[in-house]
Amino acid sequence: MGKLNIVGAINSALSEEMERDKDVIVIGEDVGRDGGVFRVTEGLLAKFGPERIIDTPLSELGIIGAAVGLAAYGMKPVAEIQFMGFLYAGLEQIFSHAARIRSRSRGRFSVPMVIRTPYGIGIKPPELHSESSEALFCHMPGIKVVVPSTPYNAKGLLKSAIRDPDTVLFMEPSRLYRAIKADVPDGDYTVELGKAAIHQEGKDLTVVSWGTMLHRASEAAEGFDAEIIDLMTLKPFDEEAILTSVKKTGRLVIVHEAPRIGGFGAEVAALVAEEAIEYLKAPILRVAGPEAVVPMARLEDYYTPSLERIKKAYEKVMQY
Amino acid sequence: MPVSIIEKIEVKYLQIINEKGEADPDLIPSVSDDEITRFFETIILARTFNQRALSLQREGRIGTYASILGQEASQIGSALAFSDDDWLFPSFRESGVLVAKGYPMWMLYRYWAGDERGMKCPDNLNIFPMSVPVGTHVPHATGAAWAMKLKGHRKAAGVYFGDGGSSKGDFHEGLNFAGVFKAPVVFLCQNNQWAISVPRTSQTAAKTIAQKAYAHGFEGIQVDGNDAAAVYKATKDAVEKAKSGGGPTLIECFTYRLDDHTTSDDASRYRSKEEVEAWRAKEPLVRLRLFLEKKGRWTKEYEAGVVKKAEESVDSEIKKAEAFPPPDPADLIRYTYAELTPRQKKELKESGWGS
Ligand SMILES: Cc1ncc(C[n+]2csc(CCOP(=O)(O)OP(=O)(O)O)c2C)c(N)n1
Ligand SMILES: [Mg+2]
Repeated sequence: MGKLNIVGAINSALSEEMERDKDVIVIGEDVGRDGGVFRVTEGLLAKFGPERIIDTPLSELGIIGAAVGLAAYGMKPVAEIQFMGFLYAGLEQIFSHAARIRSRSRGRFSVPMVIRTPYGIGIKPPELHSESSEALFCHMPGIKVVVPSTPYNAKGLLKSAIRDPDTVLFMEPSRLYRAIKADVPDGDYTVELGKAAIHQEGKDLTVVSWGTMLHRASEAAEGFDAEIIDLMTLKPFDEEAILTSVKKTGRLVIVHEAPRIGGFGAEVAALVAEEAIEYLKAPILRVAGPEAVVPMARLEDYYTPSLERIKKAYEKVMQY
Repeated sequence: MPVSIIEKIEVKYLQIINEKGEADPDLIPSVSDDEITRFFETIILARTFNQRALSLQREGRIGTYASILGQEASQIGSALAFSDDDWLFPSFRESGVLVAKGYPMWMLYRYWAGDERGMKCPDNLNIFPMSVPVGTHVPHATGAAWAMKLKGHRKAAGVYFGDGGSSKGDFHEGLNFAGVFKAPVVFLCQNNQWAISVPRTSQTAAKTIAQKAYAHGFEGIQVDGNDAAAVYKATKDAVEKAKSGGGPTLIECFTYRLDDHTTSDDASRYRSKEEVEAWRAKEPLVRLRLFLEKKGRWTKEYEAGVVKKAEESVDSEIKKAEAFPPPDPADLIRYTYAELTPRQKKELKESGWGS
């Protein structure tokens, strides 16, 4: 057991998986000598050499497209995309191929790869370095979507993602990379995909969130008897955990950073409306981003759900 | 049937003024002494802008910034070859291009401080907002140039991207369309030898980036990117060719990024001091100084005057940038569409912004 931040936890998951399975390779821009722009792959080149920790030419489409072939042939590529905004360049390969090859070949071929990318507001960078576009990927059948929130679940979830037989998009909250240090077991353990965690138990109100916003949603819950669910895997998501909790509390607030319109919160809300509406004591509320392009530093605090906005939503469902 | 050669390509390299300030006698007449003086003074201005940006970043007054040190000749020599009617499509490392075109420096400082209003190009210029996703704007220049052709306007477009950018599909697709539609566009590859930590030799197995033009059916040339005169002449010729219906050109400016990739980078992790110092000896200002001195156009006092003027102007631009009021939060939403959507109207009302 040692104390690690999320960067260290992911690094340790990569390192252990590469030791466990010689087909696991890391590909991406600046992942080798530079150790990645967030230093997530630091030290791996020295440990595993340039045949397994591979700096590619600058092309997200090339990285993901080649990873499809690498994976189909039997390698286990873990592709790093420097920022979620640059994943857009690889969308055709993800949507038209990685997500469909199992279906298209009726199970003969598959694409067991992981795409890791930092997401979300957090480092006051130039444009397109703060995207939170999970909903796009959740909408598309054939890809799994995972968002860790702590060093412990980051390591365990990444290991599961690498061992998963399908393509997994692993979204790393850039704001949290070095913000939390916590105990992480040294050896092998996994956190199962598709299962949510009860981050905090409570009786009056269910809060569903993930990644960076989980922590803000949880901070805002002070003074409320809230049950906070860390979804962790968005696709496929743990419907049972949400329904069980809402049946107990009768209230639901969903918090995410991405725009509210068409956001993944809509799916969570719809599930509860369809399957547990009779348990609800108040309308379902979403606290999320506006219908706007993710801004740069000067306006980002207006974009992200603030503590006050989240608290207000909690109060509103409690007083309904 | 014997095997026959059906196509041959030759890639030219152009240098007019070498590191010692010596000019090629056949080529130098194509650039006037006044123009060279202008390169010299503009490089000093851009360098002053750049140095101050780096210190503002260290003081926390602006955010992450991408330095242009070492690349000024590639940027300024090319930018000055376009007229203000032409359209330019910069990447994020083109402060030198923008300063040379007279883009207000205070707006650039605002932009790098995280304020989108800094990218609202003044009406007298046609400079697209800088593209952060590497290489993705190459086809935009092709499209704009194609539109110029369709509308019968005698203009050209120019697009700036790095050696790393040349690995993107967008680069190849943009060049291919330009070749097919004979668009009046000049592709300006700023080959500074590095894409963050990845050296040029790992970016492509080809010997040059210039030669990639030939696969798309038009000419590519490599120029000494630290020689403002060579960059200027190559660009001027390409712009002229574009405007007279000759189609696109790819210019590979062979230069070097002397600073870290950005202020968040530490280049000592991946490249040697010796390499950097060898390139520092070839930086673009020195040769112009030597050249102008031989022409009797340079003295210490003259340069001190140019520097002083540049510093004064950059200082006053910074003051202006920092005195500018913060953006209205409603700006977040306001520019998404020409008109607000019903949802956006609701969001504005709920937030109380812009009321
Ligand atoms: C599509 C995309 N991928 C990755 C990045 C992150 N990134 C920013 S600059 C850069 C290297 C660019 O190299 P090059 O094109 O040579 O331009 P230079 O930075 O050297 O000017 C990378 C990988 C990005 N901005 N856009
Ligand atoms: Mg470069």
